Amino acid sequence: MNEILISHLLPGENATITALRGGCGFQNRLRSFGITEGKKVRIVAKHPLSGPLVLEVEHRQVTIGRGMAQKIKVTREA
Amino acid sequence: MKTIVLIGDPNVGKSVLFSRLTGVDVITSNYPGTTVDYLKGRMVIHGEPVEILDAPGTYSLEAANKAEEVALSLMDRTDLIVNVVDATSLERCLLLTVELLEKRKPVIIALNMWDEAQHHGISINVPELEKLLQVPVVPTVAITGEGVKELIDRLDDLRIPDRMENSGEDQAWIRVGHIVRKVQTIAHRHHTFRDRIVDATVKPVTGIFAAIIILFSLFWLVRFIGEGFIRYGVEPLFKLYLVPLTKLSSWMEPGFIHDVLIGTLIDGKVDYLQSMGILTTGLFVPLGMVLPYIIAFYFALALLEDTGYLPRLATVVDNVFHRLGMHGHGVIPVLLGLGCNVPGVLSARGLETRKQRFIAITLVSVSVPCMAQTAMIFGVLGHSGAKFILLVFGTLLAVFIFLGLLLNRMTRGESMEIFLDIPPYRRPCMLAIVKKTWMRVRWFLAEAVPFLFLGVLAVNILNVLGVIHYVSIHVTPFMKIWFGLPGEAVPALLAGFLRKDLAVGMLVPLGLSPEQLTIAVTVLALYFPCVATFAVLFKELGVKDMLKSAAIMVSTALVAGGIMRLLLIK
Repeated sequence: MNEILISHLLPGENATITALRGGCGFQNRLRSFGITEGKKVRIVAKHPLSGPLVLEVEHRQVTIGRGMAQKIKVTREA
Repeated sequence: MKTIVLIGDPNVGKSVLFSRLTGVDVITSNYPGTTVDYLKGRMVIHGEPVEILDAPGTYSLEAANKAEEVALSLMDRTDLIVNVVDATSLERCLLLTVELLEKRKPVIIALNMWDEAQHHGISINVPELEKLLQVPVVPTVAITGEGVKELIDRLDDLRIPDRMENSGEDQAWIRVGHIVRKVQTIAHRHHTFRDRIVDATVKPVTGIFAAIIILFSLFWLVRFIGEGFIRYGVEPLFKLYLVPLTKLSSWMEPGFIHDVLIGTLIDGKVDYLQSMGILTTGLFVPLGMVLPYIIAFYFALALLEDTGYLPRLATVVDNVFHRLGMHGHGVIPVLLGLGCNVPGVLSARGLETRKQRFIAITLVSVSVPCMAQTAMIFGVLGHSGAKFILLVFGTLLAVFIFLGLLLNRMTRGESMEIFLDIPPYRRPCMLAIVKKTWMRVRWFLAEAVPFLFLGVLAVNILNVLGVIHYVSIHVTPFMKIWFGLPGEAVPALLAGFLRKDLAVGMLVPLGLSPEQLTIAVTVLALYFPCVATFAVLFKELGVKDMLKSAAIMVSTALVAGGIMRLLLIK
């Protein structure tokens, strides 16, 4: 499967998280929001002008900045 | 005395549980970061008094912002840890739990929002979870009090948990994953029509549209309730009050005491707004003009907070706030600041970096008028026309944006991106809303009324001593040239340090033109925070940054007031 950054997905698309990048503290922070490897994620919204993304992981929604989204790798799901 | 701390992720219901346990009223809402400081309460457990601490929420034992630092500082002081866990997002919350278990302190877990988890088709095997974590786990619904008694009963048999089984090489989140797979099953849920409507409030186009509609309806709700209170409550009452007041006034000898209590008579009669006595203006401004809008505003804010809309609003406005050096969460200090700047400034603790906090705090204290001030601005400018009110608030908004852009460039340091949990929408509980509104109104009464009395007294004394006259004469040329205002407006600016609402009221007797009044109230809003805000600025920023912030305020007032004078007064 092709790994891409979550920031490249479009609203409404589903994906599975494959890897997190960035520092250890940052990764822990993502994980404390439920964003970990193997989780299914849906893109709820994507704001223009490098604005934030809203992700849904296990029925819970999280807003994250675009820069953070560029550190989450995923594979696209049908 | 034993100390128990309530610790857990943000927005899991720690404060609701705290209030259940101790009977202490606390502000609770449906958004992460409601509690930014810890609260103390007491309760008696099996005949023994115990101290209970309600900590701000924290996602992990590494603090990411000031509120989380507060939470972690409590850890060392405590004998027992009650770890409040949101049953609807078990996996996330357990990450903190696993870290807490390593602290070698007795831990009990309150598995809160148990009802909501069941409603969402999430089932958790509690005995199995207890076995895996080796600490008691009690399902609770803090809002209704369900399970709280069992939680208290089980506080007795707490012991320090053994080291966890596979705490070897595995990282905490992998361990948590194992536990969750063993104890939790989630029924599959389809994306429903309701979900789609809910999602619309965080999407770019529909979200902005929704935000405008929601904020606009709240504005009308505040006006509707506030005006209703005035017409049917306050006005008739103050009319009745005029009778004994007039008697008292004619019975008393003219002189200093009369001036302080009743004030100056206008055309031989008491004038609530202009007389400047403690029993007249001192009561009328806070109770007659401001209180109705305070009640209305806090009622509307409580609705907004408890539904869970605020994190969505923060998402939608993130783009704008990011350019002002903050991120979307910065909208919360602004909204709270519209009620009173003090909680507004405090809530900036939810922002991650020093730069972001400095910008948020400065912008709130410069350009966000508190409700007391707003009510008075509407009160004194209302009959001159909506144009002037729009001019005042338009100027404040322009200052907010312009100053934000500027501070973003000039302040050193980092700006973190938004990272915010969005709770599900919840139907607000009316009783909780009324209670919260009352708590905040009570706070206003305790804070505002004494300061207003003090303000009226100070104005009277300075007047008798001739200080006001002296200052007015010397500042008149500057006021005339720079702001186009008479020197008599100076006392109002001085009184503004004590109470801004009183200060706005003091402008009325000066017979200013609507343009002058517009400039005066804008300058009054910008130039300096009131003493209560000043104190909290000092606490949050420290001396150096507070002085910096104050210097920004004074220069902003000079520039904005000067520009308005050039544009408005020919």
